[in-house]
Amino acid sequence: MANIWLRVALAFYGLGLLYVLVALTRTREILNRIALHAAYLGMTFHFVAIVETVHQSGEMSLASLSLAASVLGFLIMVVFLLVYLIYKTTSPGIVVFPMVFLLTFVGLSGLESFVLASSSARAGWLIAHITLIFAGYAALVISFSASLIYLIQEHMLKAKRPTGLLSRLPALQVTDDIGFRSLLIGFPFMTAGLVAGMVIAQARFGQVNFRDPKILLSLLTWAVYLILLYTRWSAGWRGRRAAYLAAGTFALAIVAWAANYFSAVHRLSP
Amino acid sequence: MNFQLLGVNHKTAPVEVREQLAISDKKLADALRQLMSVPGVREAMILSTCNRVEVLAHSTNGSADLRQFLREHFGLAPSSFEPHLYEYREIDVVRHVFRVASSLDSLVVGEPQILGQVKEAYATARAAGTVQSYLDLLLTRAFAVAKRVRTETAVGSSSVSIASVAVDLAERIFGSLRGKQVCLVGAGKMSEIAARHLLARGAGPIFVANRTYDRAQTLAQRFGGSAIRFDELYEHCEQADIVITSTGAPVAIFRREHGERFLSRRKNRPMFFIDIAVPRDVDPEMNKLAGIFIYDIDDLQEAAASHAAERSKEAERAERIIEDEVGRFHARLQSLHVVPAIVSLQDYVETIRQAELDRVRGRLGQLSPEQEQALEALTHGIVNKILHTPITRLKSAAAGPEVTTLIEAFRKIFNLQDKGTEEKASVKTGVGSGSRSR
Repeated sequence: MANIWLRVALAFYGLGLLYVLVALTRTREILNRIALHAAYLGMTFHFVAIVETVHQSGEMSLASLSLAASVLGFLIMVVFLLVYLIYKTTSPGIVVFPMVFLLTFVGLSGLESFVLASSSARAGWLIAHITLIFAGYAALVISFSASLIYLIQEHMLKAKRPTGLLSRLPALQVTDDIGFRSLLIGFPFMTAGLVAGMVIAQARFGQVNFRDPKILLSLLTWAVYLILLYTRWSAGWRGRRAAYLAAGTFALAIVAWAANYFSAVHRLSP
Repeated sequence: MNFQLLGVNHKTAPVEVREQLAISDKKLADALRQLMSVPGVREAMILSTCNRVEVLAHSTNGSADLRQFLREHFGLAPSSFEPHLYEYREIDVVRHVFRVASSLDSLVVGEPQILGQVKEAYATARAAGTVQSYLDLLLTRAFAVAKRVRTETAVGSSSVSIASVAVDLAERIFGSLRGKQVCLVGAGKMSEIAARHLLARGAGPIFVANRTYDRAQTLAQRFGGSAIRFDELYEHCEQADIVITSTGAPVAIFRREHGERFLSRRKNRPMFFIDIAVPRDVDPEMNKLAGIFIYDIDDLQEAAASHAAERSKEAERAERIIEDEVGRFHARLQSLHVVPAIVSLQDYVETIRQAELDRVRGRLGQLSPEQEQALEALTHGIVNKILHTPITRLKSAAAGPEVTTLIEAFRKIFNLQDKGTEEKASVKTGVGSGSRSR
């Protein structure tokens, strides 16, 4: 039964993921309430699933990676709710929902195995995986370019030469906004793409091998992406630092892509 | 033509001299009347802005003593201002007035205010009755030229004065200024103008800090903002996106450590300091912090100047337009010159014709309408045919150098009178008035 509860929890977190995408463009009270309810319900089912898993195995062991991920995801949601209770803000949800979604998914992958019966289903997942990951990469590239433009603009404004090229670029804050928003939009895509990749891997090999360089690097890229997002969101990192981080994340993404050649589970031509 | 112009501007005179020669709007009408009392002055106009004071006149012989007016009106020693004066006559006056109205003679070429100021000066002079035919013709043409320069060249296309440069920079940093908080520290004309410009572009709310709290409150009231106490300045300033500062403090009041604190509290959102104070209120060290932009008065002036440099090509085109227009205006004035002669000639001949007609009517007795018509047509025909060649010659000579001698000759040959109202009449009839000869 645990896997069913976890699936339901995942569905609610998925709702939270949708909230993230919508919340980027508009802020409405109703959206916050939807996100909160999704969080409440998701956490309830999540909790039940964890309890049941622990009960079945007879011990509170976090030895299994999937259970550890699931518990971590649950705890992050607890913190998210505490933050909401104290500060009355759901904005951390922008980072929290994708993260918890991914962790819960890893948790779920330990409980059941996905079977992609038909080849068309496999092809569908593959297309989803590629499209989503590439959308995430594209957002990263745009964010990086915006950071570079920001650097140029900042330099020109500081050098007191507010003419020429500068007059043809958008305002500094607009550039900054483009960089941040593309990052925000890219993150759920990257997360969903990673999830799709794991589904495919598990359907093929029965179990996700987290020690595979491809998967390790992909998760690392995702984590750095998360750090990038967090620093921009919480500390307002802009310009030079944001550009370095975005460049780093992008370089890591390229390495993760190149890891295809060393990976046992990821072949461009199966 | 007999135009004269005497004046000082930002290039020829330091601000101390310009200040002394400035005439406030209220006193302008009196000054105009005094100017009209200078012997030989027929029409007069005075333009007084912070960058220039100019006395424009149309006189009987083109050599009225305008300096006398300056001496008497201001009661100044001639040595204090005369070295800074420039003087134009005749066609040079036309060129100068065109250039001034088109903002080519401005400190910041292309700035739009000057045309409005010239128009105001013109309106005042008109209301005082000191502008009539000739100056009216000159000024209305100058407005048309200014419009032509503005529409046909890019001079004056982007914002210019120091305040608009500041607003322009703020918009390059923040995009829309809507909702951007402004902090006004200290007071001063320039900083208030800058604040007003920013508010006009949607910035606000604004809060005002001043060493004296009362002053802060008055200022805040004027801008619809709120006053803060000076010792709370740093706590409030971190909320401001734009800080305009112009205190008389001997040392910088915003230093690097303040900048660092502001940035960390506002999550590195950019801040724009407009430092109008001398000595500066913002430590230049702060410009090294990412996200803080500081423009002091020199930077703003330079930015304004580089705007102008970008437009120098356009200014060249504008100068060509001015030359073209000066030429046209000259030709038009010249042709105006011959019109009175033509009109007198036509009047003279018409009087003869009427007299002869009356005489012949008395002899012939009652005529039928057909006969009357034939008589009219016959005499008209003769008169027009005789006058046709001389009038055409006179008109075609209008723009040439020999026109004055030709007119003299005409007057002598036909014994034409030089009417006192000639000029008024000529301006009204205009160049195209040859209708009577047709």
